[in-house]
Formats: sequence, structure tokens, C-alpha cells
Amino acid sequence: MKVKELSEKLARKEIASVEITESYFKKIEKLNPKLNCYLTLCKESALKTAKESDERRSKGKTLGPLDGIPIALKDIFITEGVKTTCASKILENYNPPYEGTTAAAFKKAGAVLLGKLNMDEFAMGSSNEFSAFGPVKNPWNLDCIPGGSSGGSAAAVAADLCVAATGTDTGGSIRQPAALCNIVGLKPTYGRVTRYGLIAFASSLDQAGPMTKDVTDAALMMNVMAGFDPMDSTSLNVPVPDYTASLTKPINGLKLGIPKEYFIDGIDSEVKQAIEIAAKKYETLGAKVETISLPHTKYAVPAYYIIAPAEASANLARYDGVRFGLRTPKPEDLLDLYEKSRTFGFGPEVTLRIVLGTYVLSTGYYDAYYLKAQKVRTLIKKDFLEALQKVDAILTPTAPTPAFKIGEKTDDPLKMYLSDIFTIPVNLAGLPALSLPCGFSKAGLPIGMQLIGKHLGEEKLFQIGFAYEQATEWHKRRPAL
Amino acid sequence: MKYEAVIGLEVHAQLATKSKLFCPCSTAFGAKPNTNICPVCSGQAGALPVLNKMAVEMAVKSGLALGCTIQEKSIFARKNYFYPDLPKGYQISQYEKPLCLNGHLDIVTDGKLKRVHIQRIHMEEDAGKLLHETGHENFSHVDLNRCSTPLIEIVSGPDLSTPQEAADTYRKLRNILVYLEVCDGNMQEGNLRCDANVSLRPIGAKAFGTRSEIKNVNSFKFLENAIAYEIKRQAEILDGGGKVVQETRLWNQAKQMTTSMRSKEEAHDYRYFPDPDLLPLVVDTLWIEKIKSSLPELPEAKAERFVSDYGLPEQDAQVLTAEKPMAHYFEECIVGFNAPKKIANWIMAELMRELKSRELDITQIKMKPNQLAHMVALIENGTISGAIGKTIFMEMLNSGTDPDKIIEAKGLKQVTDTSTIEIVIDKIIAKETENVQRYKSGKTNVFGFFVGAVMKEMGGKANPKIVNEILRKKLN
Repeated sequence: MKVKELSEKLARKEIASVEITESYFKKIEKLNPKLNCYLTLCKESALKTAKESDERRSKGKTLGPLDGIPIALKDIFITEGVKTTCASKILENYNPPYEGTTAAAFKKAGAVLLGKLNMDEFAMGSSNEFSAFGPVKNPWNLDCIPGGSSGGSAAAVAADLCVAATGTDTGGSIRQPAALCNIVGLKPTYGRVTRYGLIAFASSLDQAGPMTKDVTDAALMMNVMAGFDPMDSTSLNVPVPDYTASLTKPINGLKLGIPKEYFIDGIDSEVKQAIEIAAKKYETLGAKVETISLPHTKYAVPAYYIIAPAEASANLARYDGVRFGLRTPKPEDLLDLYEKSRTFGFGPEVTLRIVLGTYVLSTGYYDAYYLKAQKVRTLIKKDFLEALQKVDAILTPTAPTPAFKIGEKTDDPLKMYLSDIFTIPVNLAGLPALSLPCGFSKAGLPIGMQLIGKHLGEEKLFQIGFAYEQATEWHKRRPAL
Repeated sequence: MKYEAVIGLEVHAQLATKSKLFCPCSTAFGAKPNTNICPVCSGQAGALPVLNKMAVEMAVKSGLALGCTIQEKSIFARKNYFYPDLPKGYQISQYEKPLCLNGHLDIVTDGKLKRVHIQRIHMEEDAGKLLHETGHENFSHVDLNRCSTPLIEIVSGPDLSTPQEAADTYRKLRNILVYLEVCDGNMQEGNLRCDANVSLRPIGAKAFGTRSEIKNVNSFKFLENAIAYEIKRQAEILDGGGKVVQETRLWNQAKQMTTSMRSKEEAHDYRYFPDPDLLPLVVDTLWIEKIKSSLPELPEAKAERFVSDYGLPEQDAQVLTAEKPMAHYFEECIVGFNAPKKIANWIMAELMRELKSRELDITQIKMKPNQLAHMVALIENGTISGAIGKTIFMEMLNSGTDPDKIIEAKGLKQVTDTSTIEIVIDKIIAKETENVQRYKSGKTNVFGFFVGAVMKEMGGKANPKIVNEILRKKLN
């Protein structure tokens, strides 16, 4: 079920929110043991919210298109009174004493929160194998990873264990799993969606966004999520458009650029082919496609793996066993308390990145690593700004390969890090990008394409994505489970 | 060998904002532990800082008053270290790009004027407090109320050479901050804290010696003592052929010595980097101008005005303007009775002595300026004597009662009626025949004895001038 579809059914009173909520829980009970999407279920509160929504509707009142719609949040979104773990042992029993802005916005919109979704611990990973609570399986092939870090969100939406979900994207964590699970995912412009109540990974890169079954739903979700938040100093104080308003605008005459640097060695031939076919499709829809250059692309991944761990090393310092979260039971002294709580509380990938981040910020290394990476970041941003003066959006593959096997890359961080090679530059530039289904491999695994837009150009991305979606059938395919 | 000391100060001042630097929590002192906290200042997952504009304004004010250049763009950075009173695991501070640069402060020590360079002023948040004395005896407790209260750190150049100069600098800084109303300046509550960097070098040498940083010097006196001790300690090491170790030392007031806290090797690597949660702080010229126009009159200007407008001696003006509430009290008195020098004398002699012995400050006393002014006026117009004035002064100080009421209640009004005084004088002359003889034989110094006897008889209420006149007439 999609947001728009269900919203219309609810409006026509063909179905009640309680009824649909119950049916989702039934499906979750059946399929979640296979997929491991959900970390926490909120059955009681969900049914209560659904009932309230139905009562509202029976009185002729509604809070909008999300009213009564069962959704789920990645377990990185702070929810008051609902455990928020970030898929980490260190926050296994963390019950936030406050409500995050995004959770509050969905509440205000009347959405029904089914539960909290699995992810890579602290959003660090590209395969969802680094969750402290077990990996998520790809609904298209249970031996494969769903992508990460928002793997639980992608798998839950693809398997229809929720109508829509949220994710967060620091280096591709919405788009890559969206691509690998055949759904739509948007990483908005940095600052468009609040970070207040989002557990921080890398603050200058983190951005929350919707993960949905089609572009229309993504637009509907963005209408709830986007906007200025005075609690977030990096939030953009710019009016929010109705993202559904421009979906149907024609795209003829629009220019799409394909960066030549993105068709590197190591890109899967089926992925490459799918993008080429998608480009042709756009030409038949009246868009112009041309080759562009983003010359500093190859420096993006190394720069990212300096900046993101550096910020993370500080962001994760607050998990020290003192005030909340895991604390080692019998520390010998203060240092022992810190060491044991953190050693036991953090998984291997998080530990690796904290060590990396601590190293690059240390006296004597700061200039050579952190400062240099920031300079690279500026150059990458410049690449995009120049390219986007010539074209309306940039078309690329979302990920270099379809979903890989569970366990295939866990021992080789560098190989794993390349999963985000096409998405990372966008975070460094702070731009919006949309991933949407554009094909399948011979093995039956989804392939996604990425549309990168101008600063605050979400509307145009939706418009370009919607046009493609109308002309293709990929997004309609559902995994057999 | 003879050495000269090179001393620089780092002063932390808590800004007098109502709310904290990055959240709306109250900064009130003395609240129950962990009651003035929220998700932001207690470092909850997912919470973010938002800068308090008033704190920026106060920091800019301080910078302007100290002649600094206000930086249009400054950067908040994270200073990373683990400690239980630091909920986020980092302190938000300014590092490479502070808000204020290159100011100065003029001090006068032993009559010598010195210009002290202010290298920088930066903004930062305070940490919480560990409580070891309360609660369960086997545990330490953390109070996060103070977390994220706004501070400025003022860093002086290594321009000071004596403990006195250091204390004068600290004192003057405090006065200015209190004048600006950007800091309460209460050192007991930790409103104002000072660290001193001290090193020695042979007289005439250019290069700096190895310095130690002394912490925990929370009064002007402690600062002087600690620096004096440190100069002696370092000189002894150097004279003995040893080397001073770069380290942080703690002043122990009870033992009157500094002790090592941590060496350079044990120093943290704070791994500063710009805080990605906060945008660069931009203070534009228009805002700076607006703040500049709101600056109050500072001690130096006020002292000058006291000399020119009230005709006070330079010294009196300095004393009265050193602290803003005192200057204000003085000026309120002048409104009540325009006799600046007379009022100044009362304040500097009687009032300041009493404040000191009672350990009070001027804002804590019951006597109102108009009461003191009125009392001085009563002396001047002859209603009471100066001696009675002192009695009334003490009573006003103790109870805040109006002088007229005290005079009435205690019958302290000066007796100016010549016939009443004459009767008493006659009585005393009749009784003290011996002394009368002595006076008449030329020993005129017994005159004072007669005055005293009359005053005693009349409970000090007789007008001394009239007593003098009648006595002289009768005795001659």
C-alpha cells in the first residue's frame, strides 16, 4: 500500500486506520523474523493513534494526507517514550526523555508509528550487517544485504511492512539501500530537514529523508519532514513548497548531465547498462542528456572517510556510561568505566571509525588530514555547482553494483566503502539527490539510479523522477515473500 | 642570579545571561542539583546547540570595553576530552578564531601606569560539577546545572612582572566586567576565575623561560600569594642549576604553596575542530555599532567626571568609582545633599570601614543613600554634631531607619539654646575650682577638659561652637 493510495481509501472510508494498522502488524509478525527490519514495535500506541485518527475522520476532520497512515522510523530518530537504540548495544535501553522534531511532526500529521527500524550501528555501514541486533535481509533475496545504513527502512518499505519510512543519509544511507531494495529514497538538501532529534553520526553530512514506494509518496512525506527548525542551527529558514504540486510538470527541454567520472572500473555492467537505458528513456521523454565532468570525484571517498569519522569521534563521545546508556557494572575507576562501557557498547565498525576520527584530529595530523579533506570538499562542491549551471540535474547510478551477499565484504572495509562511491560526493556538496528504481539484474536484484539536483532543488528532482516513473514499471515490482 | 618574572593571566568570567549559552535553561546559582537541565545541556543523543544572542552581545561588550577588535566572523570549536561533568564529551569553545582580538587594559601599580595587552577574548560553555560530599558515600555525583552556562575567557599578554600588577589587572578586569553588567563578578560562586602563567628569565633576557600555569586562584589575595610563591619556587630551582618543568600547578591556600597537577606530557590533546552543529558566528558592523552605543560609562571615565563635576580629589574619585554600585551610591547621595567632598569623606572613612569589617558590599546594606545624605545635611546645618552623626550613622546602617526618626526617638537633637548650655557650664565651673585656677594661671590646655565635661553632661548634644564661645567668655 502507498501513502497516496491508502490516504484516498481512508478518505473514502473504504478502510479504517485501525484495520490497516492491524493488518500491518500481522504482516510484520509473519515476515519480520525473516527480514529483521524492526527493532521495536509500538503496537499498543499505534492502535491507539489509529483509533484516534478514525474517530477524527468520522467527525469529518483530518490532519492531512498522512493522517492514519502506518509508517516506521529508522531507529536513529529520537522518539519520546519509545526506545531509540541506533542499533547499538550502548543505547540498547535508551528511552529518550524528549521528542525529536521529526517524530513530533509525524505525530502532528496523524501518522501511525508502527515501530523503529533496524540499521547499521550509528548509521555506519553500507550493508546493515553492522547492526548490534543482527543483519537485515534483502526482501528480493534473503542471502543478500539490503544496503545500509537505512537497510531496515528500505527492506520494510520494499516488503510492505510499513506504508512508508524515514531514513538518514550521511554518505548514501538512504539512496543506496533504496536502490538495492527497489524503492524511492530522497536525501534532501543539507539543512532542509531538521537534525534535532536525529542521533548524530557526522553532523555536517547527516540529513534525514523519506523512503517510499514511489515519488509521489516521497513528496507527501517531505511535506511533513521539511522545514525550518529553530532547534537546529544548521536548519534552513526557507519556505517549504508543496512538494506534490510540481510532480506532473512536463520535463521536455530539461537537461540531464551524466558525469563521465562515474563510469569507473568496477562498476557492474548491468548497472551501467540500466543507466544508459534510463538516459535513453529520458531522451524519449523530451529531456536532453549530455556528458559532464566532475573532476574531483575520485577524492570524495577518501575525504569523506576523514571528515565523517572525525565528526563521529566527537559526536559519539557522549556515550560514556555516565548518564545514560550502557555502563559497565563494576568499574575499577573512572578510566575503567569509560573503557569498558565503550569497548563493550560499540561494535567493530563504530570503533574503527572512532579510532580513525580521533587519529585524524590529533595534533600533528590535523592539517594533513582534516584540513586537507575540507579543501577537497570545497573542490567537490565547486565541481557540482559548475556542472549544475549547465544542466538541471545529474543522472548517475546510485550504487556501483546490485545487492551483494551477506558476509561478502564485512572483512574488507575499503571494498565496503566503495558501495557509496556515487552517493558520498553529494553529501560532501550538501545537495539533494533522489534514488529511484531503474531496472533489475539477471539475478533478479534491483538497480537504482540517482538524480542529483541543485541546492533546494527537491521539487525539480521529484518532477524529473515522477516523469520517469510514469513512463516505466520498475517501481511497481514487489518482492515475492 | 637576578630574575624578572613574566606573568600572563587567563580570566574566565561567567556572563550574566538569564539562560545558558546553547539552550534556554536557567543559569541561576544554587538550584537543587540537576534541576536546571534539558536534553541539550545534559548531552542527550540527538540534541543540538543553538547560540544565545544575549551572550554574544555581552561578550562583544566586554571586547569593546577592553579596546579589542571584534571579529566579524568567529568559529565555535569542539574541545574534546572525557570527564563526567562534561556531558557531550567535548566543550564548545572558540579556538582558532575567537570573537575578540588585540585589546588592552591600563593599570596603575605603585603610581606607575602600565598598559596590559589583551590578546583575545573567546566565548565558551562551562562544565558541570562533581559532588563528592553529598549522596552515597561510595559514589561521586554529577550536577549538570552549571553545564553550558556562558563564559568568556580573557587572555592577557605576558606583560606583567609582579604579583601586585597581576592582582591589579585582575581587579581592574573584574571592575570593568561588573560595570558592563556582563558578569556578577562573584568569585565565591565561581563567577570569575583566574589562572596565571608564570615564568622567570634573567633580567635583560629576551627569551621566555619555561612557564607553569597556576590554577585555582580565586581571590585577588590568593593570586598575589600564589604568584609570589611561584616566583620564589622557580628562582630556587634555577639557582640550584635545575630546570623549571612546564606543568599545571594548583594553588593551595591553606598550605600557602603550589603543587603539581599535571605535566606537559600528561596534557590532553584536545583535538579541536570547528563544531559542525553551529554556523560561524557573524557579528556585523551594524550590530557592533549598536552595542558600542549601549556601553555604560566605565570606571576611568567616571573617575574623571567625579573630579571635574564634583571637584573631588583624584584619589577620592578613584576610590569611589572602583566599583560601580559604590559610585552609584555616592551619586545617589549627591542627589540628596549636594556636598560631594563631605559625602565622600563619610563613605570612604565610615561606610567603607564598616563594610569591610562586616564583610558586606554596598548593595547589601539597609541604609539608603538619601538617609546618609540627609544626615550629612543635618550636621552641616547644625541640627546635630558630628559625633552624634556617627551614632546615627551606625543606627542607620543597622536598621535603615531615617535619621530624623533616630534623632527624635533618642532625643539626639543638638542643643543650641545658650541659656541651657550656660546653666550646665556654670555648674561645671562651680565644681571644678581647681581646674579654673589652673586655666587662669595660664595653663589654657585644660580648656579641652571643660568642653569634654560639658559635652559629657549634655550627652554630646550640645552645639560645640556655642559651648566654646560661652566657656571662653566665662573663663576669661
